[in-house]
Amino acid sequence: MELLLISTLKVILVFAIVLGALSPLAGWAERRQSAMIQDRVGPNRASIGGFRAWGLFHPIADVIKLMTKEDFVPATRNRYLHTAAPMIAFWSAVVTFAVIPFGPWLQIANLDIGVLFIFGIASLGVYGATIAGWASNNKYSLLGALRASAMMLSYEVTLGLTVVGVLICFSTVGAQELVVAQAGPIWNWGIFKQPVAFVLFFVAAMAATKRAPFDLPEGESEIVAGYFLEYSGMKFVMFYMGEYIEMFLWSALATVLFFGGWQIPWVPFEGQTWYEFAGVAKFLAVLVAIAFLQMTVRWTLPRFRYDQVMDLGWKMLLPASIGNVVVTAVVIIATPAGGVLQRVALLVGNAVVVLVALAVAAAMKGENKIGVTTEALRTQRSEEAVH
Amino acid sequence: MIQDGAAELFKDLGEIDSGQFEHYEPEEEMILNMGPQHPSTHGVLNFIVFTDGEVIRKAVPDIGYLHRSIEKIGETVTWPGFMPYTDRVDYVAAMTANEGYAMAVEKLMGLAVPKRAHYCRAIASELGRIASHMIALGAIAMDIGAVTPFLWCIGHRERINDLLEELCGARLTFNYVRIGGVSWDLPDGYAAKTNKFLDEFIGSLYEFQNLISNNPIFVERLRNVAIVTRDEAIDYNLVGPNLRASGVDWDLRRDMPYSIYPELTFRVPVGQGWAGTVGDSYDRFYLRFLEIQESAFMVRQCLLQMEPGEIMAKVPRNLKPPAGEAYARVEAARGDMGYYVVSDGGPIAYRVRARTGSFAAMGMIEAKSRGLMVADLVAFIASLDVVAPEIDR
Repeated sequence: MELLLISTLKVILVFAIVLGALSPLAGWAERRQSAMIQDRVGPNRASIGGFRAWGLFHPIADVIKLMTKEDFVPATRNRYLHTAAPMIAFWSAVVTFAVIPFGPWLQIANLDIGVLFIFGIASLGVYGATIAGWASNNKYSLLGALRASAMMLSYEVTLGLTVVGVLICFSTVGAQELVVAQAGPIWNWGIFKQPVAFVLFFVAAMAATKRAPFDLPEGESEIVAGYFLEYSGMKFVMFYMGEYIEMFLWSALATVLFFGGWQIPWVPFEGQTWYEFAGVAKFLAVLVAIAFLQMTVRWTLPRFRYDQVMDLGWKMLLPASIGNVVVTAVVIIATPAGGVLQRVALLVGNAVVVLVALAVAAAMKGENKIGVTTEALRTQRSEEAVH
Repeated sequence: MIQDGAAELFKDLGEIDSGQFEHYEPEEEMILNMGPQHPSTHGVLNFIVFTDGEVIRKAVPDIGYLHRSIEKIGETVTWPGFMPYTDRVDYVAAMTANEGYAMAVEKLMGLAVPKRAHYCRAIASELGRIASHMIALGAIAMDIGAVTPFLWCIGHRERINDLLEELCGARLTFNYVRIGGVSWDLPDGYAAKTNKFLDEFIGSLYEFQNLISNNPIFVERLRNVAIVTRDEAIDYNLVGPNLRASGVDWDLRRDMPYSIYPELTFRVPVGQGWAGTVGDSYDRFYLRFLEIQESAFMVRQCLLQMEPGEIMAKVPRNLKPPAGEAYARVEAARGDMGYYVVSDGGPIAYRVRARTGSFAAMGMIEAKSRGLMVADLVAFIASLDVVAPEIDR
């Protein structure tokens, strides 16, 4: 009974953090931040009793608007799949938070498979996009769905492989265990053992969340809104929120894997009560910082083209992540565990991966730039089109 | 006889009828109806896109959604009364459209326009060109997926609109140029204000350069996309920046001088394959970026050179040009804009015809869209900088 109560409490707390605080704040932050980047005023209209609070009430106004909005559906949709798709997308984003350790105590379920569970569930999100695009019976949606499925599948490979390096370093897949393994001085953090993996992870995570510069599944200027073009009202919100939640999910995972989770550097956790709160605060601070970085990238960079995204994923990120896994594995086996030698060797190995990747990229640049192969393909296709 | 000749002429064109799309038999092709309501069709353009997945086999522009009979209206209103309608031909750079019509009528009447009026026109036109090119650059960036540069560009354009508002009271459809001069002289302190703006504006262009022009993703999206060669550009009758981006060194302001332009010093940027091949979409983008700086330089020169004087020629109240015809060309923001006016000696034009750059650019799309991807088509259209009402008039 007590266990049930505690679990329920944890579930409520985690979802209060994720759904109640982070997601609406992300909507606000994104508007406010983009306004600052774009030299605009930003949201400031919604007010309660004349108090505007820098547009903080806009998420509330949004929710009211979207909940009262007509749920318009196209007549030619597939009735069941059209309804199911946003639920799949939303569900797969939310459920993964079950294994995220926000604090020493605040984790809904400490599964043995930990991180693998996140990948397993998160990769189901692609079904949401694909089914939505197909069931809408709209050509733009279909294009968006195809783009989404191709891109998410491609980048999930990189995403998974980058994590493998970290898992090798800490020799565990449990989320909580990963955090515990990063206790102590700051150089115990994953990012100081796997800096290359973090960069690759960050890029692949942005692709997995379908945000700019990887927002081609929605590509507003090309295919209007992509796979969720035919959604409105709360169904649209599910996609929209799902995207934000997914962004926080990958930020949270990056915090767990690379930034020591809730561990405060140099301060060991020995069951202190204050630490439990401070740890959660530290975790959220890192999470928000990474999410902030993702938003900044979104408002700075233009969008890739479909073939460029594929080239980047398969020809550059994937080989680099495979190289990283191999090098890490060799170093871990060859050097004594936990020593300074191993730490240095890991960094050297990372540097080698970076140098080789850069050298290969430079060598490819002469004859095989990204785009040149595509160019040849396009010429060939256009010749076919002429005939 | 005439009918026979026409039949002879169209013999080779084969069967072209409006029902050609209905009889189209798809072979693993998808027909995507892009527009007229689409975020990146710059107003109301419609493209019927035949695609094989993401790769386009053919994109056929279906124009006519913004036809407002502007030319026909010219036959029903008085000569000066048509001036506000010219604003609507190219609402993004209305000043040059004003100027072209005024020049045509002046040519018909043999009017000599005072020098100061010419300077006023040049200042207004060049400021308008900067504003128009800012929109074009921002729109290209936005169609590539970067929203921030568009907002920055709009911000600069707002300040130009402030300047033009001070000049003539309007922010979009100016109606500033009159037949025989301009409606208002420059207000007090205008030169200082304009120079101050230009200083800040030109000084801030490096930000734009860093944000978008040199961005690897952006360059990769535009380079070698939809290459228009020199010969193709001439064959398809491209004009203005689109023509120059293909390597044709032709600018009406320099090569067929009008107004005050012979007295100004400026360079004419020509496409050089800055990122890839001459005449690709990046050239069309970057050429406009360079033209902005030249325009700013011209405005500065005008402000320095101009002397006090009349701003209107002696024009009769009831304007009745002698019977005859005239054609005047100006270098508008979208290239060679021509007005052909025919008078029968009355207070109303017998015929007014506008020749615009966007219409010519639309002719390219069907031929050039083969083998592009859907995302490239959007970039290509944006790089041509078409304005919907200019196509249809």
